Amino acid sequence: MIAARALAMRYGDRRVFRGVDVELADGAFLLVTGPNGSGKTTLLRVLAGLAAPTSGELRRPERHTIGYLGHDPLVYRELTPLENLTLFGRLYRLPERGERIGMLLERFGLWDVRHERVSTFSRGMQQRLGLCRVLLHDPQLLLLDEPYNALDAQGAALLDDLLGEERTHVVATHEPQRVEARATQRLAFA
Amino acid sequence: MTYLSDVVALTRKDLLLELRAKETLPSMLLFVLAALTIFHFALPRGAGHTAALGLLWSALIFTALLGLTRAFVAEREQGMFDALVLAPCDRSAIWLAKSLAVLAFLAAAEVVALPAFAAFFSGIGGRTVVAVALADLGIAAVGTLFGAMAVAGRARELLLPLLFLPMAIPIVVGGVGGYLWFLVLYDAIFVVLAWATFEYVVAEV
Repeated sequence: MIAARALAMRYGDRRVFRGVDVELADGAFLLVTGPNGSGKTTLLRVLAGLAAPTSGELRRPERHTIGYLGHDPLVYRELTPLENLTLFGRLYRLPERGERIGMLLERFGLWDVRHERVSTFSRGMQQRLGLCRVLLHDPQLLLLDEPYNALDAQGAALLDDLLGEERTHVVATHEPQRVEARATQRLAFA
Repeated sequence: MTYLSDVVALTRKDLLLELRAKETLPSMLLFVLAALTIFHFALPRGAGHTAALGLLWSALIFTALLGLTRAFVAEREQGMFDALVLAPCDRSAIWLAKSLAVLAFLAAAEVVALPAFAAFFSGIGGRTVVAVALADLGIAAVGTLFGAMAVAGRARELLLPLLFLPMAIPIVVGGVGGYLWFLVLYDAIFVVLAWATFEYVVAEV
């Protein structure tokens, strides 16, 4: 699924990380831990193809098979959940997107607010919608950056269920207790 | 067909965002009317039609710049470039859709600006209207490309005018002089260039 060798990243004079080796088979669960600013987010962006590493080799799946959730939920705040998911459903060329969107909105408790603007939502509801967007095209690889951010107990439980599904996961968090048991591999940044 | 449907979906999104937020078009309208009013009092009595036309083109270029600075606000503030770039659509569709939205805002601003110019200064000929329409194409194409570049930069408020205004000089020359073929040539070159290079502007990898 992912093969990275000696990955390194610098921003100008600042070294973010170096010598990162990652080999992930289908269905693996990589837990990335470390304090703020240690390079977790940058690594996920590199794995998603959103940033180019300064050096090293990287093999990763096609971008349409990746689901990426960053620090922001990556949804348009002036659109409704239905409009956001319909837009991305079109861009991902989903054949039966109406059904898939309805199922995801139901699953994450957003069906009743599907016609309301995202800007009126709490941060936790926006995070749930971000998860719906990530899952819309049923990706094989999920890259999640601090996914429990802002989620209440119910939202966190929904995310727990999601992380238990048959996929390859890379989860970056500075609170690893919640997903520790699922991890098949670990990468700790200092 | 999928390319076209991507462009339609993305353009619809941009127009919908503006319809809801009402931030870009009202500021463009206010700006162009204010600029023409100031120019009306600044231009000496008896100044020729060409001088007035020069002021019209200056007002249009700076109004366009105002619209372009806001063109990627949602993508910048909400990190939406990441989500769009990861989608399997052709990245040039993002540029084309945004250019069409910018074109719509420019046209809307000019529907107000041109009659206002006719009222303040002198009548507008058909050649000027065609020149403005042709200029809009070039402005939208080049401005959207530079707008996307500026989003990635740190001094984005400074970067966009620095990139865009020099590229707008040929548009002003062609517009004031009424050189329609020159504007057609400008559009043809820069629409193709912007379409072909946008991919490299939005993607680091």
